[in-house]
Formats: sequence, structure tokens, C-alpha cells
Amino acid sequence: MVKYAIKRIAMGLLSLFIVATLTFFLMQAVPGGPFMSEKAISAQAMAALEAKYGLDQPVLVQYKNYLVNALHGDFGPSLKQRGRDVSDIIATKFPVSASLGGTAVVVALVVGIPMGCLAAYHRGKWADNLIIFFATCGIAVPSFVTSSVLIYTFGSKLKLLPTIGLDSPASYIMPVTALAFYPTAYIARLMRSSLLDVMGQDYMRTARAKGVSGFKTLFKHALRNAILPVVTYVGPMLAGLLVGSFVVEKIFTIPGLGREFVSAITNRDYMMIMGTTIFLAALVIAINVVVDILYKIIDPRIKLK
Amino acid sequence: MDMQKNPLSFQLDLKPEDFLPASKDEQESLVVMRESVSFWKDGLRRFRKNKIAMVSLVVILIIMFCAFIVPMFYPYSYEQQVRGSENLAPMEYSAQELERIAAGESVFPHIAGTDKLGRDYAIRLMIGARISLLVGIVASAMILVIGSIYGSISAFFGGWVDMIMMRITDIIYTIPDILLIILLGFALKAPLETLASAPGFGWLQTLGPNLVSIFIVFALLYWVSMARIVRSQILTLKEAEYVTAARALGASNGRIIKKHLLTNCIGTLIVTTTLQIPSSIFTESFMSFLGMGVAVPLPSLGSLATDALKGMNTYPHLLFLPAAIISIIILSFNLLGDGLRDAFDPKLKN
Repeated sequence: MVKYAIKRIAMGLLSLFIVATLTFFLMQAVPGGPFMSEKAISAQAMAALEAKYGLDQPVLVQYKNYLVNALHGDFGPSLKQRGRDVSDIIATKFPVSASLGGTAVVVALVVGIPMGCLAAYHRGKWADNLIIFFATCGIAVPSFVTSSVLIYTFGSKLKLLPTIGLDSPASYIMPVTALAFYPTAYIARLMRSSLLDVMGQDYMRTARAKGVSGFKTLFKHALRNAILPVVTYVGPMLAGLLVGSFVVEKIFTIPGLGREFVSAITNRDYMMIMGTTIFLAALVIAINVVVDILYKIIDPRIKLK
Repeated sequence: MDMQKNPLSFQLDLKPEDFLPASKDEQESLVVMRESVSFWKDGLRRFRKNKIAMVSLVVILIIMFCAFIVPMFYPYSYEQQVRGSENLAPMEYSAQELERIAAGESVFPHIAGTDKLGRDYAIRLMIGARISLLVGIVASAMILVIGSIYGSISAFFGGWVDMIMMRITDIIYTIPDILLIILLGFALKAPLETLASAPGFGWLQTLGPNLVSIFIVFALLYWVSMARIVRSQILTLKEAEYVTAARALGASNGRIIKKHLLTNCIGTLIVTTTLQIPSSIFTESFMSFLGMGVAVPLPSLGSLATDALKGMNTYPHLLFLPAAIISIIILSFNLLGDGLRDAFDPKLKN
């Protein structure tokens, strides 16, 4: 077990190193320095700027410096937001995104799992059909579509909910719905099929034959086994929420990291892009590693390799 | 010479005729086998019974017809700006067009209205759908080729080759792909633009450097799950007797992979590729929505939606039409893929 965990963590670190390296050299490959968009900078001023940010040194030295600093949690200064460090921006913006994303994860699990159970329990009945219909449509609708439909109906037409920012609890409703829509549908689908699979197992028949009530078998025996695929989905769900947050934060003008990342792309603030990429990649990779290790602990049937 | 038969005996009453060879008719009447049903026939039969999958196939064909054929005959082009016809509602005519109609000219209606630059929206939607479909299909085809070659080599050779190749996919798998897609798209854009202006690479310009960089990114990153699926299929298939037989007959490794292994997981390949199309379309629309998709004036369904976002309250149809079309495309491909899976690869159903 410990060996597996160490191996998995080492793999995660390797992935992270590759991401950091790729990010650095890809950003190097982008032609036109970060100061290109500024109006007519003199050669001297340009040289001074480059010296200030260490851009005049050889690429490999820059690379080494960047990695060493990143290890200390320092991603350098933002090139567009003068006087602010990238780590600073991440530290102030990430909690906003995290609270939004965290709420969406909770909603997706709390709504998706019972929906899947309900569908499996009432297999073939109208409740099942309804949930399948929802789940099928849910995984076909990109988050920008959900967001804009929500904004249009509840924000502009009915004027029920605020459309901008994250100031009140009510303003969470629409972005969280938009963000959680896809994972909820996916989890419901996953839960339903895995529960149906488990319910066909022999031990379920045995339990029912011994007189355990249908409801109790569902909770005591089936759910525990059926929830495993949902655990594996946590990693991809997180990556999906990341994508969703770029779009949702842009549409709902939420001052989170996703919106910051998107505007850094349009502004070519590549210190910001690099820093955010490495930070988000580290987050996703770390959670993936934890989930993988947890998975082996939860399900002893899986052989450790 | 008649022998007395014991009435209690079970001995059969055989006559000399019973020992004659059977006639042709008799032989045929004994054949109980029905005509052999091939893999394709069997799958198609099951597929035809699946109403949902058939409907989604028809929907996809209609959308493809609109996206690839109709624009050839359509009276407007996607970049053509009609002066004075800005921001028309669906089926509305501008003042000038009404004059022309009054003068006896026939003016083709703007079925979906026009955008703020006076471009016919219906044709822009069709071209946008074309881009989305193109991205989905081309990207999936590339993923199919790369993933199946990679997966089959890895599984077939096994041992340390397999281990190294799978570790590589593991690493790519843990990296959040969307971040790399954005980064690569960003970094590839400029070099591709320079390359496009070089002689001999004019085709790059027509395709649009952004579209090409999307393809490159998909080709670099998205084949991983395909490779894993193919690998696990081949790992079981390669133990089959017919592979041993082929090897005993002197078939080369390449021939065994091509003729025996890949052919036998063709069902899985078809299904995975079909289900890959909507996910590629999904990613493309997302990138276009963030402004990293195809270059203006070329529309994509994602970029049409972004452009319409600001004027949402006044012109909601500009937003909802591309949004609805993209959802319908993704939904139909998902349902088609599910139908194909049930028909050709029932094992995959979970």
C-alpha cells in the first residue's frame, strides 16, 4: 500500500514537472514579448524592462530560476497588473473559484447520487425514464449554453436572481446550477448503471432471499459497492469544473481565478498564464493522486500493482 | 427370410433400403443451419430496431446536409454584409429589401435574421455547424488512428515496451488537458500563421491556423483513452488461438495486428470513435467561446454564441440558435454512439 502510494505520488510529481516544463517552453515559443502591445517603447526602456523581469538571461537560466521560484510558491510578477505578484492574484482569486466549485461538487453529488439510485430502484418506470432523459440531455449541453439560458430566463426576463458577481447567497444559485449541471447528469447516469450492475449480483439476491427489505438492501449492500465508479469520476469532474469555471465566471462576471486566466490569455500576460496553469495543474494532479490512493483503500478487491 | 421378432424387443425394424446413401433432397432437409449472419448484418439488424439511434442518425444527416450541401446553393455567403439589413429578426426584411420586393424583385428571406453587421444568420449557423462537425469528425479520426496504433503496439509487444508506453499515457492522462489545449493553442497560433504565409502552405490559410492548432492539440492529447481501450481489448485478443495459428503460419507482427487483432475490436473502435466526436465538438465550442477557436470572419457555433452574449436581451435568438444547434449535435452523436454500442459491442454496455 505504502509502496503504491509513493509510486503514485512520484508519478504525480513527474506529471507536474512535465506540465511546468511544457508551459515554460511553450510560453517561450510565443513570438512577440510580453511588452509588444505597449505603445512604442524605446530600445532602452525595453532593455530595462527585460532586465527587471530577468528576461535578458539565457533561456535555460530563466527556466531554472522559474522552477526554483515556483517551488517556493513564487510565480513572479504579473506583467499586466503592475505591482502585483501572480501568487498574490492566485491567493485572492482562488478562494472565490474554490467556493463556487466546491458548492458545485456538493450539489452534483447530493443531487446526482440520489437521482441515480431512484432511477435504478424504479427501473423502467416513469421516474427512471425522466431521469434518463435529464441525464442524456445534461451531458449534451455545454456550460455556456446552460449559463446563458439561466441568465436570460431568471436574470433578465423574470428578474429573480442577480446576474453578476457572488455577493449574496442568491447569486450563487445560477452559477452553481450552470456549473453542476453536467456533473450531476453524469453522476446520475453513472450511479444508475453501476447500481443496476450491483443489484444483479448474487449477494443481493441472497440478501433479499433472507428477507431483508428492498430499501435496506439498496442502502446496506448495493450502494456501498455501486458508489465506487463515482469516486473515480471525482478527478475528471474536477477537471470539468475547471473548464466550466472559465466559462461560467466569464458569463456571470465572477472575480475568480477562471476569469483571471481567460483574461490573461487575451492580454498575453504570460507570467500569469504560466503561474495559473501550474497551480491548477498541481491542484488537479494532487486530487487525482489522492482519489487513486483512496480508491485502493476503499475497494480492497483491486489488486495493488 | 423373416426372423421371428420378440414382441418385447427394442430392436429396430431395419430394411436394406435404410442403408442406401441419402438423396439430395433428404440431405438438404437435414441441414438445420440458417444462413450465416455476418458481424455487420447482425449489428445493423439490432441498430435498425433502435428507434432513438435511428432518429439521431437522421438528425445528424439533416444537419450534415445543411452544413455541407446547402451553403453551396444558398443566396447569401457567411461573410457577406448586407448594408441596411443589420439586426433583423427572423423572416424580417429591411426597408431596402422591401422596396426591392415592391419593385418585383424576389429577395430571399433571412430565415434566422441577421447579425449586427448585416450578415445573414442562417448561413452563419450552417457554416458554424460545418466547422463543429469538421472538428469533431477529423479530430476523432486522428484520435482513432493514433490511439489504435499506440494501444495495439503497446499491448502486442507487452513487457517493458508496454510499461513505458502506458506510463506515458498515465502522465498525459493526469495532466488537465484543457489547460494544455489552451496553452498549445496559444503557442501554436503564431508559428502556424507564419507557416501559412510561406509558399506551399496556402492550404493552412484556408483552413485557418486556429483550426489546425485545435487539430494538433487533439492529436497530441486526446488519443490517450482510445489507446487504453484498444490496449485492453488486444491484451485479451492476443491470447486467442487464431493468433497463435497465424504466427505458426509465419505471419508478421504487423499483419497479425492489422488482420487479426484490430479487425476483432472493430466494434469497440467504431463506438469509441463515435462517442469521441461529441466530446471533441464540446471542447471546440468551449475554445471558440473563449475566443480561441476559428479566426474571424469564419463562424463557429461557440464563437457565434459568445458574440451574441452581449446583445442577449435584445436579440436572444442570436444566442439561442447556435446554443440549441450545438446541443442537438452533441445529443444526437451521444445517442447514436450509444445505439452503435448496443448494436455492435454489447459487452461495452455498463
